[in-house]
Amino acid sequence: MTADKSPSNDPIGDPAGEPSGVAARTTDLDPITLAVIQNGLTQVCNEMDLAFVRAAFSPVISEALDRSDGIYHRTSGELIAQGELGLPVFVGTMQFGTQAVIERAKDLMPGDLYIVNDPYLGGTHLMDVRFVKPFFYDGELFAWLANTGHWPDTGGMVPGGFSATATEVEQEGLRLPPVKLYKGGVLDHEILSIILSNIRIADQRIGDIKAQAAALSVGERRLTALIDRYGKDVVNQGIEELKARAEQQMRARIQTIPDGSYHGRAYVDSDGVVNQPLTVDVRIEKQNSTLRFDLSGSSPPCAGPMNSVIATTRSSVYLAMKHIFPEVPINAGTFVPLEIDDPHDTFLYARYPRPVSGCAAEVSQRIAEAVFNALTDALPDRLFAAPAGTSGNFALGGNDPDKGRSYVMYVISGGGYGGNPASDGISNGCSTIGISKSTPVEVMEQHYPVLFEEYALHEGSGGAGEQRGGFGLHYRVKLLRGAARASFVMDHGREGPLGALGGENGGVNEVKIWRDGTLYRPAHLSKDQDIQLAPGDSVEVHTPGGGGFGLPYKRSPELVARDVMRGYYTKVQARDKFGVVLAADTFEVDEDATRAQRSGSREPS
Amino acid sequence: MTHRLAGIDVGGTFTDLLFVDGSTNDVRLAKVPSTTDNQAFGVLNALDAANVDLHELDLLVHGTTTTTNALLERKLARTGLITTRGFRDVLELGRRTRPNPYGMTGWFEPLIPRELRLEVVERIDAAGNVLLPLDESAVAECARALLAAGCESVVIHFLHAYRNPVHEQRARAIVAKIWPNDFITAGHEVLSEYREFERGTAAAVNASVQPVLARYLTRLVDELGERGYPHDVLVMRGNGGTVSAGIVADSAVNTVMSGPASGVMAAAYTSLSAGVRNVITYDMGGTSCDVGLIRDGIPAVSSELEVEYAVPIHSPMVDVHTIGAGGGSIAFINEAGMLQVGPESAGAMPGPICYGRGGTRVTIADANLLLGRLNPNALLSVTTPVSVDDIAAAFLSQIGEPLGLSAQQAAAAVIRIANDRMAGALRMVSLSRGHDPRDFALFAFGGAGPLHAVELARELGVPSVLVPARPGITNALGCMVADLRHDYVRTINAPLAVLDIALIHGALTEQEAAGRKMLARERVDIESVHVLRSVDMQFQGQSHLLNIALDDDAPSLDELGKAFERAYWDRFEVALPEIRPVLVNVHTAVLGKRPPVDLTHLVSHAQSGEPPHSRSVWFEAGELSTPVLRREALLVGQVIAGPAIIEQLDTTTVLPPGCEATVDADSNLMVSVENL
Repeated sequence: MTADKSPSNDPIGDPAGEPSGVAARTTDLDPITLAVIQNGLTQVCNEMDLAFVRAAFSPVISEALDRSDGIYHRTSGELIAQGELGLPVFVGTMQFGTQAVIERAKDLMPGDLYIVNDPYLGGTHLMDVRFVKPFFYDGELFAWLANTGHWPDTGGMVPGGFSATATEVEQEGLRLPPVKLYKGGVLDHEILSIILSNIRIADQRIGDIKAQAAALSVGERRLTALIDRYGKDVVNQGIEELKARAEQQMRARIQTIPDGSYHGRAYVDSDGVVNQPLTVDVRIEKQNSTLRFDLSGSSPPCAGPMNSVIATTRSSVYLAMKHIFPEVPINAGTFVPLEIDDPHDTFLYARYPRPVSGCAAEVSQRIAEAVFNALTDALPDRLFAAPAGTSGNFALGGNDPDKGRSYVMYVISGGGYGGNPASDGISNGCSTIGISKSTPVEVMEQHYPVLFEEYALHEGSGGAGEQRGGFGLHYRVKLLRGAARASFVMDHGREGPLGALGGENGGVNEVKIWRDGTLYRPAHLSKDQDIQLAPGDSVEVHTPGGGGFGLPYKRSPELVARDVMRGYYTKVQARDKFGVVLAADTFEVDEDATRAQRSGSREPS
Repeated sequence: MTHRLAGIDVGGTFTDLLFVDGSTNDVRLAKVPSTTDNQAFGVLNALDAANVDLHELDLLVHGTTTTTNALLERKLARTGLITTRGFRDVLELGRRTRPNPYGMTGWFEPLIPRELRLEVVERIDAAGNVLLPLDESAVAECARALLAAGCESVVIHFLHAYRNPVHEQRARAIVAKIWPNDFITAGHEVLSEYREFERGTAAAVNASVQPVLARYLTRLVDELGERGYPHDVLVMRGNGGTVSAGIVADSAVNTVMSGPASGVMAAAYTSLSAGVRNVITYDMGGTSCDVGLIRDGIPAVSSELEVEYAVPIHSPMVDVHTIGAGGGSIAFINEAGMLQVGPESAGAMPGPICYGRGGTRVTIADANLLLGRLNPNALLSVTTPVSVDDIAAAFLSQIGEPLGLSAQQAAAAVIRIANDRMAGALRMVSLSRGHDPRDFALFAFGGAGPLHAVELARELGVPSVLVPARPGITNALGCMVADLRHDYVRTINAPLAVLDIALIHGALTEQEAAGRKMLARERVDIESVHVLRSVDMQFQGQSHLLNIALDDDAPSLDELGKAFERAYWDRFEVALPEIRPVLVNVHTAVLGKRPPVDLTHLVSHAQSGEPPHSRSVWFEAGELSTPVLRREALLVGQVIAGPAIIEQLDTTTVLPPGCEATVDADSNLMVSVENL
């Protein structure tokens, strides 16, 4: 049978049609069954997430949890449910990806499974490989199951895919349109061989492919059991109703924002090719219960890989709103009140063949940051100053002469979070779009010919504020054996994460390479690639601190004194940033001097 | 010969005691309020309440939450750290996560503040080679500085010490000459596993609860001695085993989370005695449920538990997963007009409305009351009685009216949603450990477990439910039946293809010898020594581990490879002949088996004076006139068909229509669940 987009008595409605009304629609479903179906659908996705992560090989999936699983509508491709522990940035993208598959799908049968990683077809970057599978019930197409997993490599000019200087998508790796990797449940070895011939570390990918496909099979079994129990019509009605309810809940949250227009900005250091900052500019119009996002004031398309495809741009806005209103469940209804105008002719609306490897890891976080920045004044009790917001990607590739094999080491780092109404920001938090753990130093030293000389807080990097930002990370790692090449895709090297409500910006990201005793800094500060290293050379990175929240002069002097005692700040920083003067040889607050300092100086605006 | 045994468990609200005299079949119970400041008072009160003659007592086994509470409330001993230069912030940096997937806020407080984390020059690489020698004078200076800063306890934690502990050992010796007490923890002694944050955290927890535990136990043991108790006290640990009070403080971290572990141990013992080998344990209390897994009679043990956000304890502990649903979970209508139950809880204060402590929001406990499942006249811990009508009015206004339901229908909906959520969470717990819940029985205990268990089992497709004779004192029973136990882990991390099998055999032999040596140090009767061995394996490139039990201490490489393949297939239905298997860790648990405890006398089958009666109770099938039985009045072999309510002092068991319970020889209720 064929999945097409022809009108049907489809209960979800056409996504292109009128937006749904504010009030929940009435159905015959009792509220208890509805709640049980909601839980049941989420449970199906959670079980897919779990199956995927436990069996995966790619540490990016199994350890960094860079994956997501969901259920999508049979004709519209809209999101029905998503696992609770999926990677946040995939919140919105997967429905666009599924829609792209639906448009191209033909001759569907049970057991078919599409593979696709084309960024322009509802994706992120090439490394995020999507599996999309039609789900049949009683011989009819009922829904689609899909998942995304970040593969460690999909070919291209640098190992790992994060080329800082690519200017065309072909340089970034193998691009797959939707093709059936499994046909009727049988793996197509010809397509597989094309894939494996074009990527690095191919020997372990078969493990990931099987894990990713097996997760969707788990979803099939669980969704079948759910429908067996409640019946097709009831589940369909439930799906429709849940969409309306999620929309209603998002609208209720939006109504807590005062009507008006809000403006926010964030900056990408450079695109990696042209050394100029890129601006994400968002204007948010809040009216009644909708938010309209206008990104058209952002920079034009760029030469390097910091372009964002529209699916990622939209998803980043969704993600930001989910961070602000975490209690709202996620399905297609959640996104209805968020109207995002297509930002044509900007770097946030990338078309073929613009390179896009930086969009999922970096630009997405800048978009979220601009949204946070815009809404801080509107929701001062709920928002926070900007988080470090970079994935801090450092890749080292080389050959270990002792082990006689080549390697690619990824160091993905956290940074400080922004201060917020309740507390200081946490230190070394993960990226805004991720939920992953970092790799322990002891594990990296076991696998790769490196020695870490320092792994510490980036002192002084927390932006000053009544609630200060958290601190970034400071590490220095030395190459022990063999030649190697280093690449960096980081951000916030030019300007630290923005403070809020009078708080100062967080500390900037810094990359230093020590070669033969001399210092080299990347011209683009946070992005570079193919830097040749010899044994004994070392790489030193400071990641950004979080922005400060509220006026620094309002911070309690005792807390500033404690922060100095802990070595978070120096005494000079305490005086200059917070207006707190400490005694010369102890950590006691000099109250008179502090009063004089705080009243005599102009408070930062 | 050990005849007279007492198990005493301190919980959040009550201190429970179980006393058994094997020679006379005398069984005594006591439940007294816990004394939070010094738990010893509650212990002594319980002994008094049960009239236990301490002179005649042969063995006292104790479960305490002293260390768990100290950790969760951060009432820790002032502790310093001496670590590798460049790495003092490892304990604060964590593994770069955030408290919740969504929301960019939240907080984390490191166990040792930065000003008490000092560094010395030394470095060992991943292969165990010394790259920089230890600066011994710096170690001494650090120790003196930490003492001057008021530290009572100290951690020595160096990179790669799991591979080569020579610097930690040397530093320990130097510190020992300066430090005025024994509270010195070297990381590799607590956990010989790689991952610097996790190993360091285990060491930091150990050091910072050690003085707290030592002080508590010294006072308790002295007090017991003065009152005439002549023997050793055994203390329960998180791995489900016990250890002598004299040495437990050496590895104080292992007593964290011992409460949930003792519940699972009791469940394992009781189930095995009833002939049930595969069990999901379900302990529902006021604020949360603890869920554990028992397979083939052996409780699952995990080395990857996180006690709270960013506080992982990677020493082996009984794998207990906490779900945020309890009797106090609050039900409400959210902005989408959907009924939601929890995760917010009314806790103990103000508690559910029915406690009469000022609670105004409806909870699971209130729903059980309104539906006739709980007897309003038999609630423990009620301050001011609240009328059923008031509770009905609250359900009507908070849930019923917005959804167009009556008060009773609203309460029924709360139970249904709560059960549905709990069933989902239970499924995830069993699946994430690789098991299908349908292959297990549900063992229900805690104040609220037996209220929900049968309906939960039905939801999960679990065929049977076991409600033990004394669901409210399960943890005290766990103390009494637990074995002496010592666990060891060692990281090997080598592909099978290049592994020297002698290394594995050597590790297993050493671990067993260490455990036997520890058992010999304890002055406790044991019947036999039992050794559990296992390895953690993975395919090269993976990060998750699969634990594989070993039959003996000399497996061949071929056997290891085959066992891993089989286990991997069982778990994931994936075969990967293309990829090399890697052996990561070697585990040994050495158990000293104590003489068995007879469970048949846990219930004295007194004829209750109360005449049998019935009340109206809500079930999914509607409201039914339901017989209400007293648990003590049930006879061994008796069969009870649902619907029925079975009441006892510490819990209420709900038998919905369609299920059937049989009282077994140990007075357990064995419920067969009719599935959907």
